[in-house]
Amino acid sequence: MTLDAPQPTMSNAAGVDGRDAASTPWVNVAPLMSTRRRRNVGDAVFRALTTGAAWSLVGVVVAIVAVLAWECAGAMRTFGWSFLTVQKWDPVANEYGALPFIYGTLVSSLLALLQAVPLGIGTALFLSEMAPSWLRAPVAFLVELLAAIPSVVYGLWGIFVLVPWVRGWVTPWLADTLGFLPFFQGPSYGVGMLTASMILAVMIVPYITSVALEVFRTVPVAQREAALALGATRWEMIRMAVLPYGRVGVVGAIMLGLGRALGETMAVTMVIGNRPEISASFFAPASTMASVIANEFSEAASDLYVQVLVEIGLVLLVVTMLVNILARLLVWRVGDAAAGH
Amino acid sequence: MRSIQRLLGFLVVAGALGAGPAHAQLQLNGAGATFPYPMYSKWFSLYTSVDPTARFNYQSIGSGGGIKQITEQTVDFGATDGPMTNEQLAAARGPIMHVPTVMGAVVLTYNVEGVKTGLKLTPEIVADVFLGRIVKWNDAAIAKANPDVQLPARDIIVVHRSDGSGTSYIFTDYLSKVSQTWSDKVGRGTAVSWPVGLGGKGNEGVTGLVKQTPFSIGYVELIYARSNQLPYASVVNKAGKDVTPSLESVTAAAASVTDMPEDFRVSITNAPGEDAYPIAGMTWLLVYQKQSDAEKGKKLVKFLDWMLTDGQKVVPDLHYAPLPPAVATKARASLAKITAPDGTALLGK
Repeated sequence: MTLDAPQPTMSNAAGVDGRDAASTPWVNVAPLMSTRRRRNVGDAVFRALTTGAAWSLVGVVVAIVAVLAWECAGAMRTFGWSFLTVQKWDPVANEYGALPFIYGTLVSSLLALLQAVPLGIGTALFLSEMAPSWLRAPVAFLVELLAAIPSVVYGLWGIFVLVPWVRGWVTPWLADTLGFLPFFQGPSYGVGMLTASMILAVMIVPYITSVALEVFRTVPVAQREAALALGATRWEMIRMAVLPYGRVGVVGAIMLGLGRALGETMAVTMVIGNRPEISASFFAPASTMASVIANEFSEAASDLYVQVLVEIGLVLLVVTMLVNILARLLVWRVGDAAAGH
Repeated sequence: MRSIQRLLGFLVVAGALGAGPAHAQLQLNGAGATFPYPMYSKWFSLYTSVDPTARFNYQSIGSGGGIKQITEQTVDFGATDGPMTNEQLAAARGPIMHVPTVMGAVVLTYNVEGVKTGLKLTPEIVADVFLGRIVKWNDAAIAKANPDVQLPARDIIVVHRSDGSGTSYIFTDYLSKVSQTWSDKVGRGTAVSWPVGLGGKGNEGVTGLVKQTPFSIGYVELIYARSNQLPYASVVNKAGKDVTPSLESVTAAAASVTDMPEDFRVSITNAPGEDAYPIAGMTWLLVYQKQSDAEKGKKLVKFLDWMLTDGQKVVPDLHYAPLPPAVATKARASLAKITAPDGTALLGK
C-alpha cells in the first residue's frame, strides 16, 4: 500500500499545474509550454526514482532472506524442524538446537516491554497533559537523548552499575516478596534474564515515549475540553478522551519498542550471562539469538557451525517478521474498535 | 583526437615515472587471530624500517575467519590460535604451513574476599570447579592445596568466555588432558558446551564479571591479567611443581616439548618441563607452501625470517612469551620449503 501511495499525489500535482497554466492567460505561453514539457520529464524521472527506491527496498529484504536461506541450507537439511525444538548447543559435538535462544529473545523482550510500557506511556502522558510548559522541552529532549546512547555504553553501565544493584537489592527484594513464584527463585548472580530485560527497558523507553507523546499531542483540544466540561477529572479526561484517541498510535509505539528489543545485541550480550539454557527463574543466566551470533560467529570454523549461526539469523528475522505482522493485525483491530467506539 | 592521444601518452609516462618504481610498495593482506594482534601490528610497523616497500594489512577477525580466508586464498597469510585440523588442511588449495610466532598463557583469575593473591590450584581442582563438581570455596580439595589460606564457605561462581576464542581453546585443551571426565563430557574447542557458569564476551567481559561478582573465578590471557592487575592463581604442573604463570614459565613449557612435530601443530598445554606453566599455547601464521605470486611470496618469507630472529627480541616488551631458541631455529629452517609458483625456493634469493 505504501507503494501506490505516491501515484495519486503525483497525478494530482500534474493536475494542479495544468489548471494553473489554463487559468492564467496573461502568462507568455511559449516558455511555459517548454517548462511544462520539461516538468513532465521531471515528473517521469521523479516517479521512476521513487518507484525504484521503493522496489529496491523490497528487493533488499527478499535478497537477505534468500541469501540467509541459501547459506544455511546445509544446516536445515541436517537438523530439519527439530532445530527449533531442541535445547542442546554443543559446538564440539556439532549438535545444535535454537530453542534456548528463541526463548531468551522472546522472554527478555516481553519482560522489557512489561517495564518500559508503563514507564514510557506514563512519561508521555505527563509531558503532554500535566507537565508545566517550561519542563516539557528539556524532559522530552533528555528522554530522546537516551536513544542516542550507543548500546555498548549501556552494556558497560549494565556491568558496572546495574549488575551489582540487581544482585544486592532487586533480586533479594523480589525473592522476599514474590519468591513463591518460580520466576523469582534460585541464586542471583546479578547477570541474567532480569538484568537484560531491565537494560532493554531503558533502551526502548525513549522510542515508546517519543511516539506516544506525538500521538497524545494530536488529540484535539476540543475533545479534552469537552470531557472536562462534562465534569470529568483530569484522570477521567485522559482515560476517556486522550487514551482512546491515541490507542492505535500507542500500540504502534509499543511495537516499535518491541522490534528494537528483539534485535538488540551488544548490551544484552554483556549482561545476560550467555547460557544457552531455558530456566524458569528470571534470575538465571540466559542467551538470545542476536547474542549467540555476535558471540560465536567470528570463531566458527566448521561449515555446519557457520550454517547453524546463519540459520539462527534467519529464525530471528522470521520471528521479528511474525511479531510485526501480529502487531499490524493488533493495530488494525484496535483501530477498528476505536472507530466503532 | 591527437591531443587526446598525447594526453593519454603523457599520463602513462607520468604514471610510470611518478607512482611506479619510486614507491614500488607491495601490500600483503592477512587476517585471523585476535590474541596476537597487538604483537603483529607492532612487528608490521617495525618491519617498515627493515623493508620500506613491504606494507601489511592485518584484520583481526578471529582464528576461524583467518582459516576460512586463507583456505579461500582471499588473503596472503592467515593467523590462528588453534592449529588447523586435518580436514581443514585437506580443504585448502595446496599444502598450508604453520609458522609459530609467539606464545601466551591462560591464567585463572578470581575474586575472593580475603584471598588477595597466592591461590594455589591443582589440575583436579580446576577441572572439578569448571565441571561443577566443586561448588564451595572451602571445599576439602581447595583447602588441602591452600593450607595457609582462610577460605570462605561460599558458592563458587564460574565465569567463562561466551564468544569463540583461542583462549578457550587452550583452556579446554588443558582440561581435556588432565581430566578424563572433561574430555568425555565437554571436549576441546574455541566454543564448548560449558557445564556451569556465566559467559562474558571477550577478556574484558570475563574480567568485568569476575570483578563485579564476589566469589567468582574465570580464565583470561596472562597479558590481560597483568595489564589490569588482576590476581591470578598458580597451578601445579605435570611434574608436580607449583608454577606461577609468567613469560619464562610459558617459554619453558614450549622448550620442554621434546617431540616438536615437523609442521609445528603442537599443543603445549600440560607440558612435562619442571618449570613449565601448564596452561599455555602457541599461535601461528598460516602460509601456502607454494606461493601464487613470487614477488609477494618473497616479501612474506623475508618477513617471516625476520620475525623469527630479530622480531622475537621485542616480544617480551608486549608481555607475550617468545619462542624457545630451538623452536625458532627449527621454524626458520622450515621456511626453506616455501616456494614460488615455479617451485624455486624463495628464502635467500
